[in-house]
Amino acid sequence: MLSIKNLHASIGDKEILKGIDLEVKAGEIHAIMGPNGAGKSTLSAIIAGNENYEVTQGEILLENEDISELAPEERAHKGVFLSFQYPVEIPGVSVTNFMKTAINETRKANHLEEMPANEMLKVIREKSELLEIDRKFLSRSLNEGFSGGEKKRNEIFQMAMLEPKLAILDETDSGLDIDALRIVANGVNKLKSDKNAIIVITHYQRLLDYIIPDFVHVLYNGKIVKSGGAELAHELEEKGYDWIKGEN
Amino acid sequence: MSKYTEDDLKIELENKEYEYGFYTELESETFPIGLNEDIVRAISQKKEEPQWMTDWRIESFRAWEEMIEPKWANVKYEKPDFQAISYYSAPKKADPNKTLDDVDPELLEMYKKLGISIDEQKKLNNVAMDIVVDSVSVATTFKKTLGEKGIIFMSISEAIKEHPELVRKYLGTVVPQRDNFYAALNSAVFSDGSFCYIPKGVRCPMELSTYFRINQAGTGQFERTLLIADEGSYVSYLEGCTAPTRDENQLHAAVVELIALDNAEIKYSTVQNWYPGNKEGKGGVFNFVTKRGFCETNAKISWTQVETGSAITWKYPSVILKGDNSIGEFYSIAVTNNYQQADTGTKMIHLGKNTKSTIISKGISAGKSQNSYRGLVQISPRADNARNFSQCDSLLMGNNCGAHTFPYIESKNPSAKIEHEATTSKIGEDQVFYCNQRGIPTEKAIALIVNGFSKDVLNKLPMEFAVEAQKLLEISLEGSVG
Repeated sequence: MLSIKNLHASIGDKEILKGIDLEVKAGEIHAIMGPNGAGKSTLSAIIAGNENYEVTQGEILLENEDISELAPEERAHKGVFLSFQYPVEIPGVSVTNFMKTAINETRKANHLEEMPANEMLKVIREKSELLEIDRKFLSRSLNEGFSGGEKKRNEIFQMAMLEPKLAILDETDSGLDIDALRIVANGVNKLKSDKNAIIVITHYQRLLDYIIPDFVHVLYNGKIVKSGGAELAHELEEKGYDWIKGEN
Repeated sequence: MSKYTEDDLKIELENKEYEYGFYTELESETFPIGLNEDIVRAISQKKEEPQWMTDWRIESFRAWEEMIEPKWANVKYEKPDFQAISYYSAPKKADPNKTLDDVDPELLEMYKKLGISIDEQKKLNNVAMDIVVDSVSVATTFKKTLGEKGIIFMSISEAIKEHPELVRKYLGTVVPQRDNFYAALNSAVFSDGSFCYIPKGVRCPMELSTYFRINQAGTGQFERTLLIADEGSYVSYLEGCTAPTRDENQLHAAVVELIALDNAEIKYSTVQNWYPGNKEGKGGVFNFVTKRGFCETNAKISWTQVETGSAITWKYPSVILKGDNSIGEFYSIAVTNNYQQADTGTKMIHLGKNTKSTIISKGISAGKSQNSYRGLVQISPRADNARNFSQCDSLLMGNNCGAHTFPYIESKNPSAKIEHEATTSKIGEDQVFYCNQRGIPTEKAIALIVNGFSKDVLNKLPMEFAVEAQKLLEISLEGSVG
């Protein structure tokens, strides 16, 4: 699904990613952990195509196609989804209207007709039930005045609506209380299939109790310094990031 | 009778011998450039107006001659040469008595290009339209339906002839001849416009609509609109403006007067997209408009405007809240891009007790444009318990545009409650990236964000206008981002 080879990236003169290699296959969940400033969010932003970062070396392949030169919306049309750590507010644009626009733009890019309104409503109903979202919520302005939990749940709702091939969840657990965490994690688990892949970026092991990863990678100082199974997350939680820092 | 040509007319005017020639049918529809008393008389005579109307025009002209162009607006432009403008022009084959089927197919084609097919409007939208092309009405529809309710909806030229008592009673009562420089000019030379009268207790069953066009190079357009809602009546009036590409600046100085008698309600919506000039700021329409409404007891006037066009906009639709418990509303979206300049807002003059006004203004600036809100809320000593709420939001795109707010508040009554809120924001890169990530391309993302920003005002527009307005916002901001 996703294949990252020797990826180097910088912002301004500062190199943040210093040679990342990552293979993610369909049906897999990968967790990327690491201390603050390790480059976790940078990695997710670069996969999504944020133009504030410059890829200086390496390639990003999605289903064997190099996407590193594509605009962010083109990557989205090919099935890349990023759940933002800090979702932005768009006043006056309802969640429903935003989703309708996003879905139809994606369909247009893929040479499909617009989704008929009744079908759209049906999908919205299904997905909002899946994520235990009150439908009144969908007519509110996107993220405006949302609590931290609502914002994150809304991100996962959008993921459910867009059905991406590759979903990157950037610190989705931050700002969530335990109930919201459970709902979000349940939603993600329900959306998981053998056709898609998920990358979970997190600082803490907590989320990984609910979303069980197949692989855990530790990112430190712009490189993946350790990879392993789900048990690696527990080891990290126990020993702390100093353990990694000490070794590197 | 020998053929009378434009050249003959010019010679006559030069020799000031117009009196002898003006009852002759003219083949040429455009007057020679320049303005003097003779031209004013000529317009009046061309339109076969009664003497009182001619006198009124002359009086206005004399007032105008004494006045100087206002300089206080936050706009910079080269002063129009008022002697280089032709003050009357009519499209060929125009005849107010024609039905839609008789209208020049080329004219209809022009509307089609603008997405305002008359037939569509007529059939689908249940909109009666009085279309003004270069000063003369070429088509009037639904007259019969309206007639059955006693509603008068016609060009002001016709109204001057057919309903002189109404025109004479109300013309200039809300915007006096010498109100301001452009109003005086308009009063002297207004070419045509719309007249509407809603009788007592009648609820106008359809949206009334006018589309204005400027289509001849170098002609000024001076529309005059007079709308009277008699006691307990209701009317919703739509005004749309579109103008094709022109190189030189064109002057548009309209006057709109609204009169809402006791318990009447007028909703007046405008979509204005006159030619804004090109990307270098060359050309474009100068839009200097005076719009004002007058509310008697328990009356309500609501102005809604979407302003995306014109090189220069100078416009303050206002309400004089004379009657007790009367209500004034102003909802505005003003978009400026490239080198456009807009100085627009409203005046709410509270004279009666328990009068209420609401102002919601959304300014969107892009490119190198300047967008100003200028508003006055005035509470007179007699206006006990007057209330005003104003909200002025500005949205900036890029680093080269400007947003300005000039709110004036004058309260002479201690019981008044006045609220003013203002925000300025910028479309963030992070917002655009967020949309991009969801598959929404940048242009579409901007449109979405702008529509969201303008939603409070768009919601106030009648349905069929709201859709057009949204499209217009999109078109106006095309190419405004990276």
